[in-house]
Amino acid sequence: MTALANPSTQTQPILRACNVHKSYGNNEVLKGIDLEIAPSEVVAILGPSGSGKSTFLRCINRLEEINKGFIEVEGEQIGYTLRNGKLLALTNSQVAAQRSKMGMVFQAFNLYPHMTVLQNVIEAPIGVHGVKRAEAVRVATELIAKVGLSDKLNAYPRQLSGGQQQRVAIARALAVQPKILLFDEPTSALDPELVGEVLSTMRDLAKQGLTMVVVTHEIGFAREAADRVVFMDGGHVVEQGTPDQVLSNPQHPRTKAFLGRFL
Amino acid sequence: MTDAPHAIASPVTAPTAAPHRNGSDDALRDVAGAHLPIPKTKVLLWLVVLLFSCDFLFGVSQNPNFGWPVVADYFFSRTVLDGLIVTMSLAVVSMIIGVALGLPIAIGRMSSDPLARGLSGAFVWFFRGTPLLVQLILWYNLSILFPQISLSIPFGPTLAAWNSNDVITPLTAAIIGLALNEAAYMAEIIRGGLLSVERGQMETAEAFGMKRMRALRRIVIPQAMRTIVPPTGNQFISMIKATSLVSVIAMADLLYSVQSIYNRTFEVIPMLMVAVLWYLFITSVLSVFQSMIERYYARGDQQRVVFEKVETPAVTVETKEATQ
Repeated sequence: MTALANPSTQTQPILRACNVHKSYGNNEVLKGIDLEIAPSEVVAILGPSGSGKSTFLRCINRLEEINKGFIEVEGEQIGYTLRNGKLLALTNSQVAAQRSKMGMVFQAFNLYPHMTVLQNVIEAPIGVHGVKRAEAVRVATELIAKVGLSDKLNAYPRQLSGGQQQRVAIARALAVQPKILLFDEPTSALDPELVGEVLSTMRDLAKQGLTMVVVTHEIGFAREAADRVVFMDGGHVVEQGTPDQVLSNPQHPRTKAFLGRFL
Repeated sequence: MTDAPHAIASPVTAPTAAPHRNGSDDALRDVAGAHLPIPKTKVLLWLVVLLFSCDFLFGVSQNPNFGWPVVADYFFSRTVLDGLIVTMSLAVVSMIIGVALGLPIAIGRMSSDPLARGLSGAFVWFFRGTPLLVQLILWYNLSILFPQISLSIPFGPTLAAWNSNDVITPLTAAIIGLALNEAAYMAEIIRGGLLSVERGQMETAEAFGMKRMRALRRIVIPQAMRTIVPPTGNQFISMIKATSLVSVIAMADLLYSVQSIYNRTFEVIPMLMVAVLWYLFITSVLSVFQSMIERYYARGDQQRVVFEKVETPAVTVETKEATQ
C-alpha cells in the first residue's frame, strides 16, 4: 500500500501532471495541478461542482487544451513533443494516436445511437486500432458478457436503461485495451436505483489492476474501490491520500466541509 | 333499457340481471366489450367530400378540352420519353454533383480555418442569392465573358486551353448551372444536419482516437442523415422541376419536348397534361424511395422501445479475481 500512497518511489508513474493551468477566457479553472498516478492505481477525484475535476480529466486526453504546465502519459507528453530542445505542438492525427491509448466513460454515456451495442464496442478497435473484425467481435462479446449484457448485443442504446447504457460504455472503453481508463462522473446521470450496477462493474475493474481515474460524487465508491482519493477545490488539489486518511480523517477545512454534507 | 347517451351501433348482449342492482352488471361494464358511438358528422363529411371528388374527377375525365385520347397517344411517344430521360439524367447528375460539392462546402463553413469558411460562405452566398435562370443563361453564354478557358499556373505559363464555345454545350451549361446551384442549397441542408448531431458524439469519437474525417463518416454523418434526408428529397423534387428551366438554353428536357410537339400540333393542354402526369409519376416514385431511406437512418430510434426488467444489477466479473 505504501507504493500506492507514494508511487514515484517504486515505479515510473503512468500519468504525470505538472503545474497544469487551464482558463476559459479570464476564468481560471485549473490553477496548477500536480498529480502522479502509478500503473494499476485507482484514483478517485472528489470535489464540489466547479472545482475543476472534470476539466482536469478532460485535459488528460486533450479534449481540453491546457494553458500552462504539462501532462505526460507513459512518459509521452500529451499534445506536444520535445525535439532538439524545442517544444512542438502535435498534429491532429498525432493527438488522435495518443488518445487511442486511453478509454473514456462519459457522464451522459455518449453511446453511438445509430449503432447496436456490439457495433458501439467494436467501432474503435476496428477503426482506430486496426483489429480484425472477427477478433474485435470476439473480444467485444466477451466484454459485453463481463458487464452482464450478453442478451443485448444487438439492441440499440435507446432500448436500454441508463445503467445498461453506461455498462456498454464501460465495455466500449475497455475494448481499446486502454493504458488508463478515465471516468467522468459516470453515475451522475443515472437514477438512484441504477447507480449500484455501474459502481459494481467499476469495482470489479478496479480489482483487475486497471489504471483508473474516476471523477465522482460517490464517496462510498471512493472509500471501497480507490487506492487514493484526491480532493479538489477551486482549481487546486487541496488534499490527497488513502481513502481512510482523506475520508475518515480529513485535514483541510474545505475537505471537512465537503464531506460534512455527506454525513 | 335506459336511454343511451350516444347512439349505439349494435348492442349484442342483453342485460341478464336487474340493471339497478349494485354490482350485478359488472361484467357488462367491462370496457373491453364497449361499442363506439357512430361518428355521424364524420360519415356525412366523408360522403360529401367523396361525392365532390368523384364528380370533379369524372368531369375532368369526360372534359374533351383535356384531350385525353391525345394524351394517351403521346404519353409513350419517342420525343416525350427522350425528354423524360434528359430530365431524369440532368436531375440525377446535378444532384449527385450537388451533394458531392455540398458536403465539403458544409464542412468548410463549419471549419475553424477562416479561408475555408470564407470561400464556402462566398459560394453559398452567390449561388443561393441569384436566380437559377440567370445562372443558366450566364453559363450558357460563358464564351461572351471568357472566350477561352485555360489551365495554367497562376501568373505563370498556360498548360492547356480550350475554346469556350467547344466546352460549353447546352448539356454542360445545364449540368454546371443546376449542380452549382444545388450544391449551395445542399451545403446548407448538410450543415444543418451536422449541427443537429449532439456535440458529445464528435467528442466521444475523438476521445477514442478517431481522426476527424473518420469520426464524421462513421459517427456524425450517419446521425445527421436523419435531418438531411427529408429536405434533400424536397430538393430533388424541386430539381426535377427546375430542370424545366433548361429549355431556355435549348436543352430538350421533358417540358421542352412536349412544347416542341404542341408547337407543331397546337394541342397545348393535352401535351402539358402528358408532362404533368410524368412529373407526378417521377415524384411519387421518389417519395417511396425517400421514405425507405428515412426508415433506414431511423434505426436505433424506433418508438417501439422494448421495456424490460432491469434484472441482476450485480455484474459477473469474478473470473479474474480468484487471487484476491
